[in-house]
Amino acid sequence: MTLLQTRGLTARYGDFQALFGVGITLEVGECVAIIGANGAGKTTLMRSISGVLANSPDQVVFDGQPIGALPADQVMARGIAMVPEGRRLFPSLTVEENLLIGAHGRKVAGPWTLEAIYGLFPILKERRRNPGTALSGGQQQMVAIGRALMSNPRVILRDELSLGLAPVVIRDIYAALPRIRDGGGSVIIVEQDIGQALKVADRVYCMMEGRVTLSGRPADLSRDAIHDAYFGALA
Amino acid sequence: MSLDTIVQGILLGGLYTLFAAGLSLVFGIMRLVNLAHGDLIVLAAYLVLTLVGMLGLNPFLAALIAAPLMFALGWGLQRLVLNRVLGPDILPPLLVTFGLSIVVQNGLLMGFTADSQRISAGALETASIDLGPVTLGIMPLLTFASAIAVILVLNWIFYRTALGRAFRATSDDPVTASLMGIRPKAIFAQATGLALVIVTIAALYLGMRANFDPTIGPARLIYAFEAVIIGGLGSLWGTLAGGIIIGVAQTLGAAVNPEWQILAGHVAFLAVLLVRPRGLFPRAYD
Repeated sequence: MTLLQTRGLTARYGDFQALFGVGITLEVGECVAIIGANGAGKTTLMRSISGVLANSPDQVVFDGQPIGALPADQVMARGIAMVPEGRRLFPSLTVEENLLIGAHGRKVAGPWTLEAIYGLFPILKERRRNPGTALSGGQQQMVAIGRALMSNPRVILRDELSLGLAPVVIRDIYAALPRIRDGGGSVIIVEQDIGQALKVADRVYCMMEGRVTLSGRPADLSRDAIHDAYFGALA
Repeated sequence: MSLDTIVQGILLGGLYTLFAAGLSLVFGIMRLVNLAHGDLIVLAAYLVLTLVGMLGLNPFLAALIAAPLMFALGWGLQRLVLNRVLGPDILPPLLVTFGLSIVVQNGLLMGFTADSQRISAGALETASIDLGPVTLGIMPLLTFASAIAVILVLNWIFYRTALGRAFRATSDDPVTASLMGIRPKAIFAQATGLALVIVTIAALYLGMRANFDPTIGPARLIYAFEAVIIGGLGSLWGTLAGGIIIGVAQTLGAAVNPEWQILAGHVAFLAVLLVRPRGLFPRAYD
């Protein structure tokens, strides 16, 4: 069953058009990866789905409802939580407060509670009284993920999780992904690291210059096809 | 420079803290300098005065009734006017609140004339307690205690409640706050409503302690603004410290020469800025 879908999604920043008719789908329980180079429109796509950027209502459909024109707080209340690029923790909130505020606009019973997040990332419990931004980059990423999980979302969007993190830290964070999926959420991850994306995703969309250039199951995609879709075929 | 002068100055600082706390709250959350803040204090004083006159109420009871009305006014003002002009450019909200200041002043002039008024508090106005070297007026003591209470309650809201968490998160980063299901504009409306509740408390003491007329708002704004800046933007305890510094400076100045009272407060403000340009307790980030 299709949970989330974009149809002919366009987005622009002033005169600059960033997305040209992007169509992706996310099935219930699925993990979809969006890959592409810088400026391909991946983050714009996430901002459009999450409601930070407004679109025409029918361009984003969630659970059969048009949500393209809804503001971010209403999108979040319906069950789409975002882990934004660059983590975006609130500097004046402690780690625990950063987690608690994740459930501010959506309080539904589910597997994710403060204790469950501390179970997933034990280091956060030790540091729960620290300001969120006093943590290392990897720990901050854990807080950002936990914060999104606190609302027990039906869809979790993770934007550029690996950005600026050491490979060993990225591996630790990805190790939590199966448990997040067991918790019942469908996941869209944005990733520049193709290898990582192909390893964890059920399906992959490759974007270039505001369009989807390739999509499919990792096993069905050849290295060359991905290379061409990622960088553009050499003319 | 007797002990008495300094103690009276500290107590006077309570009044300035009450003037400043609402301003500090609003600035801290939405980076909005409300130039009509002083006039809103005067407006609230007239509201309390009217309630006292019409219903024959005790001023404190009248303020209790005025507070929710002022909350509604602040909420509506933010929703209908200020939310529309808040943005990356700081000039539109300044212009709008400046205009609002003129509207409020002239509205009060039309409604209440330029005659100065006072909220009568009966025997409380002159009651005092004798503590040996110093004699403390009950009214200044009440003012100061109210200021401390306001700061304590605000701190409790900020650091112990979900609303305060949302205040701080919205202040940090409104876009990310909206991803948490927070509506920044609704948060701003609640903050301004809360600020006008504090304004009502400030107005109560302003009106009971001294005469007021429709034109005195801007001067209250300046004291409030100086207290906020001295304390460091965004720090509530800093605002209390700032209020006290201005209060003490003014009474010390007045003790030397009555003409120097106002000047001494401003000089103290400039002196603090020379030494600590970001105020005494600035937030670590901004």
